[in-house]
Amino acid sequence: MKAQLRPAITLLALLTIITGAVYPLTVTGLAQLLFPQQANGSLIVIDGKAYGSELIGQQFDDPKYFWGRPSAAGYNATASSGSNYGPMNPTLEEVVQARIEALQAADPNNPLSIPVDLVTASASGLDPHISVAAALYQVSRVATASGLGEAEVTSLVEQYTEGRQLGIFGEPRVNVLLLNLALDGIQ
Amino acid sequence: MNTWIQMIFYFGTLLILTRPLGTYMAKVYQGERLILDLVLGPVERFLYRLSGIDPRSEMTWKTYAVAMLLFNIIGLIAVYLLQRLQGFLPLNPQGLGAVSPDSAWNTAVSFATNTNWQGYGGEMTMSYLTQMLGMTVQNFVSAATGMAVMLALIRGITRHTTKKIGNFWVDMTRSVLYILLPLSLVLAMALVSQGVVQTFSEYQTATSLQSGETQLIAVGPAASQVAIKQLGTNGGGFFNVNSSHPLENPTPFSNFFQMLSILLIPAALCYTYGKMVGDTRQGWALLAVMTIVLVALLGVAIWSEQNGNPMFNEMGIDQVQSATNPGGNMEGKEVRFGIVNSSLWATVTTAASNGSVNSMHDSFMPLGGLVPMWMIQLGEIIYGGVGSGLYGMLAFVIIAVFVSGLMVGRTPEYLGKKIEAYEMKMASIIILIPVMVVLIGTAVALMSEAGRTTIFNPSAHGFSEVLYAFSSAGNNNGSAFAGLGANTPFYNIALGIAMLIARYWLAIPVLAIAGSLANKKKIPASAGTLPTHTPLFIVWVIGVIIIVGALSFLPALALGPIVEHLMIFG
Repeated sequence: MKAQLRPAITLLALLTIITGAVYPLTVTGLAQLLFPQQANGSLIVIDGKAYGSELIGQQFDDPKYFWGRPSAAGYNATASSGSNYGPMNPTLEEVVQARIEALQAADPNNPLSIPVDLVTASASGLDPHISVAAALYQVSRVATASGLGEAEVTSLVEQYTEGRQLGIFGEPRVNVLLLNLALDGIQ
Repeated sequence: MNTWIQMIFYFGTLLILTRPLGTYMAKVYQGERLILDLVLGPVERFLYRLSGIDPRSEMTWKTYAVAMLLFNIIGLIAVYLLQRLQGFLPLNPQGLGAVSPDSAWNTAVSFATNTNWQGYGGEMTMSYLTQMLGMTVQNFVSAATGMAVMLALIRGITRHTTKKIGNFWVDMTRSVLYILLPLSLVLAMALVSQGVVQTFSEYQTATSLQSGETQLIAVGPAASQVAIKQLGTNGGGFFNVNSSHPLENPTPFSNFFQMLSILLIPAALCYTYGKMVGDTRQGWALLAVMTIVLVALLGVAIWSEQNGNPMFNEMGIDQVQSATNPGGNMEGKEVRFGIVNSSLWATVTTAASNGSVNSMHDSFMPLGGLVPMWMIQLGEIIYGGVGSGLYGMLAFVIIAVFVSGLMVGRTPEYLGKKIEAYEMKMASIIILIPVMVVLIGTAVALMSEAGRTTIFNPSAHGFSEVLYAFSSAGNNNGSAFAGLGANTPFYNIALGIAMLIARYWLAIPVLAIAGSLANKKKIPASAGTLPTHTPLFIVWVIGVIIIVGALSFLPALALGPIVEHLMIFG
């Protein structure tokens, strides 16, 4: 037992230096050199002003903007969280119903049915995307509230639709913050 | 259609990589010459010299176990102290204070045992220093510990009439240096290219578009930790919501890389195993067992989640899958992953003892949630943890060989070694201990006020939360039905104990089997030997796994997800 004590302590200390310091510092150095934009949070900086991160959703409930996924974290990017509601939880039914009503109140004549991702909370509470269907559902409201024509808003949605990566991986989606920046003519 | 393509790509890539990586690892463990020797050889020898290790001296199984335990205990203490003292230590730009004693204990056990259950929220609790020197280091060495124990068992099978089963220090060090580090470096860079953050700066600030308020964005050295968390089947995330956080898993590519790395080493180890026992068919047979069970349960998960929640239909919500709509039960899922990649991840992460998540398992439909829970309860052997999955699987193989031997009235043997009462006792311990920990733990929690008060969802789902928590801790997985408030003294302590038992009371009997087998004579295969690489044997092992898993947990599952399913659809 005693014979193993020295290797145990020394080896842990040495491996701590290698895997706990040298390794992350190497990755950081390479990351900052090769991918500085991504490594620092993919910030959207326009004319010196940071509007957020391309990868972190923001709260939108003004009718003139596209709304993102409901967030259990209130889009607090320092406290990510999902809702953790089970499928039968009565509270889930209440909050989903309230979201449906909010969407319908903002656009009473919308004939489309609401896509599921627009009324269910994301896993992270920071989901930057909505489905293409969820964006198209909101076109009529955004067009009316922003004063832009439906055709123009639809073409912006199409412009900001990301397909599957390599046409295979993941799901088609729309980045809400980028789309809203475009609506404001910032990008 | 796309669902099938994504599945084929995933399993295809995994199986293509199995052989080259498995061959490479066999070379590492058999001490053959490698290109990396040029760089790592001197480092390795330097480590041995400074630590007073003679790499040529080998250990008995008991010494091997003592070395493994000592190393893990010291690691555990180090992680505990780091958390308690982080307020006084550098690399803490957010000024985070000491972690509470019970939470620090839980986390220290959790990372040392390769469980990576997280009672805490990463970005709100742990300083950069703690994440690096504590979490990241344990991610490497706890994985390497599992690989070392596995290696000892392989030597037990291949050697004969000896008491020596290798040198723990050498096995562990070589696993870290030659396998985990290079793979992590490559994966970490791939992840950064997709947008996973890697920086030591303070949290970023920006101005929110609609409100004009200042937005604070948590960042940190995440990519380096995420890479090893997946490769080492650890699973402990940098951020609270783990790999569903957009800065921890930003794109479908990063998601694919991470899912691939979860099963990569466990799959390749099967090939390494076959190579080292001198018959690669043995490894492929075990991989076939794992893959068949995985694919079957994966189908259930995708089907259940894609069908969605009937409640949403009643409310007029569109959850039908189409070209523009992922559809299905999107509560607790991210749009970029949709149903397919969320279900695939949930199945894969619980098949392996990884436990990282890219969606909230608590919000899955009852059968969709049953799949990850049952995967864990099978004992983390469907691929399983690096090393630990394969040694757990071999315990089932021993049982299968023994039972089939009894059926035909022959002395059971496996790869030229007689399986006798001692091996059977140890294999039974390996299989029964997690079952006891899970069921007794769940029962205690439900009977105590402290266990019940932090249940989040009502009714049967609340029961599932507790069952999932003890299943996860009692099999060293680490994922959760995260609604359960587990950062309480009760759960921190109880789950900590469960994790300790599940890890070491399995590893020690495995080493005992290794020692016992190494000491036996090798008997040549005869006409009466049951071949252990045939489709018949594959089906037989699957049968044993399913029967043991079903008998042990069906009553408990009936009270949770099954009754919930009947309440929704019945």
